[in-house]
Amino acid sequence: MTPELKGFLLLGLVKSLVGFGALVLGVAFVTWVERRQAAFHQDRLGPNRVGPFGLFQPIADGIKNFIKEELVPADANRILFLLAPALVFTPGLLLFAVIPFAAPMPVSFDFSLPLLGRFVYDDAMPMMIANLPLGLLFVLAISSLGVYGIVLAGWASNSKYSFLGGLRASAQMVSYEVALGLSVISVFLVAGNLTLTGVVAAQQAMLWYVLPLTLGFVLFVISALAETNRLPFDLPEAESELVYGYHTEYSAMKFAMFFLGEYAALITMSALMATLFFGGWDIPFTSWDEGEPSVIVSLTTLLVFLLKTFSFVFVYIWIRWSLPRFRYDQLMALGWKVLLPIALGYLMLLATAIWILEHFNIEQNLVYGLILFAVNLPVIYVLFWILDSGRLVFGYGGQRRMTN
Amino acid sequence: MLVFNFWFFSGLAIISALLCITRRSPVVSAMWLVVTMFSIAALYIILGAQFIGAIQVLVYAGAIMVLFLFVIMLLNLGRDEPTDLPGWWGHAITFGIGTLLIVELWAVTRIVPAGEVRLPAGTMDRVMEQEGVVGAISSTLFRDFLVPFEITSVLLLAAVVGAVVLAKRRI
Repeated sequence: MTPELKGFLLLGLVKSLVGFGALVLGVAFVTWVERRQAAFHQDRLGPNRVGPFGLFQPIADGIKNFIKEELVPADANRILFLLAPALVFTPGLLLFAVIPFAAPMPVSFDFSLPLLGRFVYDDAMPMMIANLPLGLLFVLAISSLGVYGIVLAGWASNSKYSFLGGLRASAQMVSYEVALGLSVISVFLVAGNLTLTGVVAAQQAMLWYVLPLTLGFVLFVISALAETNRLPFDLPEAESELVYGYHTEYSAMKFAMFFLGEYAALITMSALMATLFFGGWDIPFTSWDEGEPSVIVSLTTLLVFLLKTFSFVFVYIWIRWSLPRFRYDQLMALGWKVLLPIALGYLMLLATAIWILEHFNIEQNLVYGLILFAVNLPVIYVLFWILDSGRLVFGYGGQRRMTN
Repeated sequence: MLVFNFWFFSGLAIISALLCITRRSPVVSAMWLVVTMFSIAALYIILGAQFIGAIQVLVYAGAIMVLFLFVIMLLNLGRDEPTDLPGWWGHAITFGIGTLLIVELWAVTRIVPAGEVRLPAGTMDRVMEQEGVVGAISSTLFRDFLVPFEITSVLLLAAVVGAVVLAKRRI
């Protein structure tokens, strides 16, 4: 191996370890945020005893989960039962590998270690674990695997409730994957690039995609909620009817693994929303962050990225504690009869708009983005204010206003 | 490294395929089939066809196998079942088909493709360089071979309609 390759591999190893650690810490933090925020939604205090503001509560919970007894139900398929929690946790972690979380940082070192030899690296290091040429396709492929853990957990537990949870999960995730994929295709269409770094760069040159692809963003948020099994789509868990569904039979650390997996998926999906539709690590209204790579730029953009990601996490939790759960037939009808046709029609509209724009040789700049935004506006108006007749946008109050 | 990866993933594909057909429980078989799909995706990526590799995981491992599992679980085939081909004639049939497949495999390795269908060396790398991972496939599929592609989609549509007609007595 050449010294350059060894330097590259060393950096990759360091980035993987740091990314893994950051994600696990983030998961611990988000569980705390979820409980505190839920408490405030319900006018109580939430965990506030362990450490400042109860911040160390997740650590205490972790220790508790390690000490608890591990149960395996009789007649459970032991191997699959043990494998399932790991399968839930892995995809969320893998997805995190392709998300660029800051502007490239200049790194330069040249040193030698005994036995291992010389390590050399001197370049702007991309702040992501793996810059795959496949990028978004990798995201779609891996996120489609998340369902296996849940299905296997449901089947291997050999329990009615778990089994029903697993069945629901497989039908739900396959259905919403289609809408998720189609909403991501709208990003492909405009960016013309599969890599997430390419998507971020395209947004810096134009506009954050939330404006030119408003409807795509809405579709993505809805199907991401369904893909991560969060309320209002947490039918596989549904504690009021299925006693927590697929992880009814799990205890101690295996149960905690499901928890970790769910929150890892939550963070990754939020990070994806920030990257695909809110410019990733881009700082708005300035091109300072796109200039010469430096450590300060990297750290600032990292902060901005974390801010964006955690605001989406906040929205996720907000939605969870505000909306009631769907009924199962409503969930399927929403996926196949509403989201899928809208997504397909939107893609055709968008492709036509892009074709016309290219025909007139308009470059991808601010004007281009605003024209696409103008295309989106009437569609949004028709869908949410006329066809939806105020149910989604105004909620219960709007419905009452409509009927009066 | 490349050679090691190739042997690792081809070995994994063969072993998991064998396990897939020898396990009694349908769910376990399906899971081994997922492993096979994955190894084949890895082989595609080693060959430089990254797009096909990703699609292999997305479509086969991510969607089709989940539906398989769904159906297996819905019909509650999960517990151990006896084999479909009992008795000596069952063994005879399996042996016959197996021999046929091995002969076919041997024949395939003997064939040298005609000059017209063989790409000159380095073509794939050049196309990937110019058009990217997806562009190399999409421009062929949606420009040069658009009509055959659309005909294939009509074929799939016909299959879907047929399945609905068969499954539903009254439409």
